[in-house]
Amino acid sequence: MKQLLILSGKGGTGKTTMASAFIKFAQAKVFADCDVDAPNLHLVMNQSVEPIRSDYYGLPKAEINPDLCVNCGLCMQHCRFDSIIEDDGYTIDYYACEGCGVCEAVCPAGAISLNPAIAGELMLYKNDSVFSTAELKMGSGTSGMLVSEVKKQMKEAAGDADFAIIDGSPGIGCPVIASISGVDMVLIVAEPSVSGISDMERIISTAAKFQTRAIVCINKYDTNIVNSEKIEAFCKSNNLPFAGKIPFDSEAVKAVNKGLSIADVDCASGRAAREVFERTFEIMFPITN
Amino acid sequence: MNIAVLSGKGGTGKTLVSVNLAAAAGKSTYIDCDVEEPNGHLFFKPEQIESEKISVKIPLIDDALCNGCRKCVDFCKFNALAYVGSKVLLFDVMCHSCGGCSLLCPQKAISEIDKNVGEIQKGVSEDVTVVTGIMNTGEASGVPIIKNLLEYIPSSNESVFIDCPPGSACIVMESIKDADYCVLVAEPTLFGVHNLNMVYNLVKLFGKPHGVVLNKCLEGDNPSEKFCIENRIKILGRIPFDNELGTLNSNALIVARESDKYRAIFTSLLETVTKEVQHETAVNS
Repeated sequence: MKQLLILSGKGGTGKTTMASAFIKFAQAKVFADCDVDAPNLHLVMNQSVEPIRSDYYGLPKAEINPDLCVNCGLCMQHCRFDSIIEDDGYTIDYYACEGCGVCEAVCPAGAISLNPAIAGELMLYKNDSVFSTAELKMGSGTSGMLVSEVKKQMKEAAGDADFAIIDGSPGIGCPVIASISGVDMVLIVAEPSVSGISDMERIISTAAKFQTRAIVCINKYDTNIVNSEKIEAFCKSNNLPFAGKIPFDSEAVKAVNKGLSIADVDCASGRAAREVFERTFEIMFPITN
Repeated sequence: MNIAVLSGKGGTGKTLVSVNLAAAAGKSTYIDCDVEEPNGHLFFKPEQIESEKISVKIPLIDDALCNGCRKCVDFCKFNALAYVGSKVLLFDVMCHSCGGCSLLCPQKAISEIDKNVGEIQKGVSEDVTVVTGIMNTGEASGVPIIKNLLEYIPSSNESVFIDCPPGSACIVMESIKDADYCVLVAEPTLFGVHNLNMVYNLVKLFGKPHGVVLNKCLEGDNPSEKFCIENRIKILGRIPFDNELGTLNSNALIVARESDKYRAIFTSLLETVTKEVQHETAVNS
């Protein structure tokens, strides 16, 4: 199964708008939302079934048994994450703890244990298509691990589908690295602003570090034609395939607010997205005969 | 007065709001904690840049001393170590720098070395001090850089504007730790409300006083505004969707420095925020 991941370096550039349109155009049977910090794809992928929900356990968290604690302070001295609080005995700052286990290892009184902690929830919608998504519990770390779980859940349910479309997470850090791992191609959605170009260059460099093929499109290209031309020129000089550009379209906002994708309504952005989709799939599935 | 600017997602206008609030405030400090995609410096174009490299500790294994007991490999909760072909291998991207492996190695075969993960740049733009954290591409976590960034908060009582990373995960919590007030920026869409709800829950959890700036306001329904009214969240201001503003902003210009019209919007927003912070301080003292 080939996997296409949609990334942008930053949220708000239209990743989910593009992903939802691609899913409709391709009549994708398998798709996932890897933006576990702020998943939005489910808002426009109306599902007729209830999802199968399962708890996601991130790394365990430390706990101090006050009855056994001898107040030696070794745990606090060795914790690199400032997660031991000294206040009439020692306790753990649940949010700061990364579950590394150093405190448990150094405690001479056996007062510290690492306990499983729910860090989020996985959801799998299964009807005529498979949609894997999740939501990280607020303030939790280890979102990269949850992203891997979302993809694993997707693959296990995928059956013999030819391809999957994955809505990625913003940024260039651990969740993005986890989303890139194992995918065949990355579609980068760029915005024609100075900030957008900087974000695009950083995500291209990240994808290149993981040796993943990238293709670029521009969203809201007409909000700054000069910058859009710069992006096209950048792609050309860096030998990156360019998939096309989509105009700013207030119809797109209206569609989203009705819970629809831009592929569901006749609008300028939807028509342009179809061209981007066709070019992307031509590159992903080259005709070989 | 430390003001953190947050949103559930990138692209809602966090950088627009925090950069322009700092510009409107005059003598102030702007700190860009969105270390994965720092953009504030593109607007400020700071001068007299001083930079500081940021590094984390990673283990260095002395193969000559290692006897293959695998205590380190078994201990590492992050799967950053593996024992392959009678050698301990390190996957440094996975390492959380907890120091456990070097602490526990019975052979004293593991020491720690510095690994560069990014840098902090400090400069000035007119009378704003601009501090930016930049994470190297290919790194997993920006938290060590953010921890260092917050040490740049001046001890004087000048205003500090913290441009936070998107989302509501650990990296955002780190950024709002020292904030006196949180400004949440929201877009007028269904996505916008969903994301606003996440950061709203985060600031409530941490008991931070907060208010909302509605950005990109269009005619017609604003689901985010409705959410604020229903949940009795203070609306600090509204920024209209405006082509001229959009163009200035996409060319990385500071709108409050470019036109009186926009300067007025952000000066008035700053006044509202300042009043709120003073009110909160009075209530809590």
